[in-house]
Amino acid sequence: MSRPGPSVAAVPPPDAMLWVKDLVKVHRAQGVPSHAVRHVDLQVDRGEFVAVMGPSGAGKSTLLHLLGGLDRPDSGEIWLDGRRVDGLPESRWAVLRRRSVGFVFQFSNLVANMTAADNVELPALLAGIPPRQARARREELFAELGIEDKAGSTPAGLAGGEQQRVALARALVNEPGLLLADEPTGSLDSRNTRDVLRLLSRFHERGQTIVLVTHDARVASTADRVISLFDGEIADDTAVGPPSGTSNGVADVLRLES
Amino acid sequence: MRLALLALLAKEPAHGYELKQALEQTFGAAYPQPNIGQIYVTLGRLEQNGLIQGQDVSQSSRPNKRVYEITEAGRAALAGWFDEPTEGPRVRDDFFTKLALAPGTGAADRVALINKQRRHYLNIMRGLSRLAAAEDRDNRIAHLLIEGAMLHLQADLDWLERCQEELE
Ligand SMILES: Nc1ncnc2c1ncn2[C@@H]1O[C@H](COP(=O)(O)OP(=O)(O)O)[C@@H](O)[C@H]1O
Ligand SMILES: [Mg+2]
Repeated sequence: MSRPGPSVAAVPPPDAMLWVKDLVKVHRAQGVPSHAVRHVDLQVDRGEFVAVMGPSGAGKSTLLHLLGGLDRPDSGEIWLDGRRVDGLPESRWAVLRRRSVGFVFQFSNLVANMTAADNVELPALLAGIPPRQARARREELFAELGIEDKAGSTPAGLAGGEQQRVALARALVNEPGLLLADEPTGSLDSRNTRDVLRLLSRFHERGQTIVLVTHDARVASTADRVISLFDGEIADDTAVGPPSGTSNGVADVLRLES
Repeated sequence: MRLALLALLAKEPAHGYELKQALEQTFGAAYPQPNIGQIYVTLGRLEQNGLIQGQDVSQSSRPNKRVYEITEAGRAALAGWFDEPTEGPRVRDDFFTKLALAPGTGAADRVALINKQRRHYLNIMRGLSRLAAAEDRDNRIAHLLIEGAMLHLQADLDWLERCQEELE
């Protein structure tokens, strides 16, 4: 099978926010090797919104975890914003994850005994941002996400869609160059899904680079580009645009016959 | 469209242009609307078959307009339509035939076929998202139509994934 991928150069081109070369990860559970990521090459340019699709077990989460330093590759290179990061020690990764990479997961993973506001301001404070500025940023994000009245609530007092917005604010508060999202709408109903997607699109329009993992095509089609992962390999990589070819596209799908 | 027009006329008598507006209002901009010519042709056929009855109404400064009313036979046909369960969706036969017959032809490769089809569906999905964003938020019928199309596409994409897993 062909592996589409632009990375033939030895170092990342200047436009690349993320540049991955020949990445390999084998999980070993009870001695049984699971080849989760097999020789993946990938370039994500600054400002791109890329969706990664594929069946369950294809290696999507593993790939995303490698990109964010939550898991270590067996071999291959990862370059983030022009710097090689795959060999960094955990202490350096911790700093990167605070400043340069934002994460959103299917479940918001908020700290249960802190308010929504503190859940977002704390990572800003840990990144060395002065308290007043951390608060201002948090307020701005909450206003943008439509949860300004939830600042004092604890996670348990928030609905699923609201928790996911707080998680999004937490991921974005330090203005990371790269936002990584793993099934961020996976536990939301369709209305909240639509709202979270609209918010992601809005941040993308302002230049946020996003890599989003999903098996939901409605979610994937909000991205500019969709990568299909099968069995740890990239099977396809395509820009998403208006339907082409001879069919009527959208009109064809909507035609009501009677 | 025949039965849609009958259903509209079961509510109240109307002329061709009013029916066109009623269709647009109900289904929203997303639905590919029939043009007025198609509507007149269909109305003519319905009248020939005795399902509706037209009557010319004179207008002072304009040509006559023809107002249609549903007949008893029309109501029976409409009831029969509502009474029948609707056919389920079919798999994309043409694509499936390509997929089944590609090997050995030297003309196409299965993975390439699947990838091409997936790209096409994703592009349509994006088109539908755009339509949904542009549609009036309060038109629930229009949004349900778009959502139905999206769910069908999602099923087609899931099925493509199964094809790829099984046939690779
Ligand atoms: N921590 C782990 N230990 C062992 N095997 C794992 C682990 N995480 C994932 N795997 C295996 O790696 C493969 C890819 O998993 P994953 O990356 O979670 O796929 P996806 O997110 O696409 O569903 C699967 O076969 C899975 O069982
Ligand atoms: Mg996963």
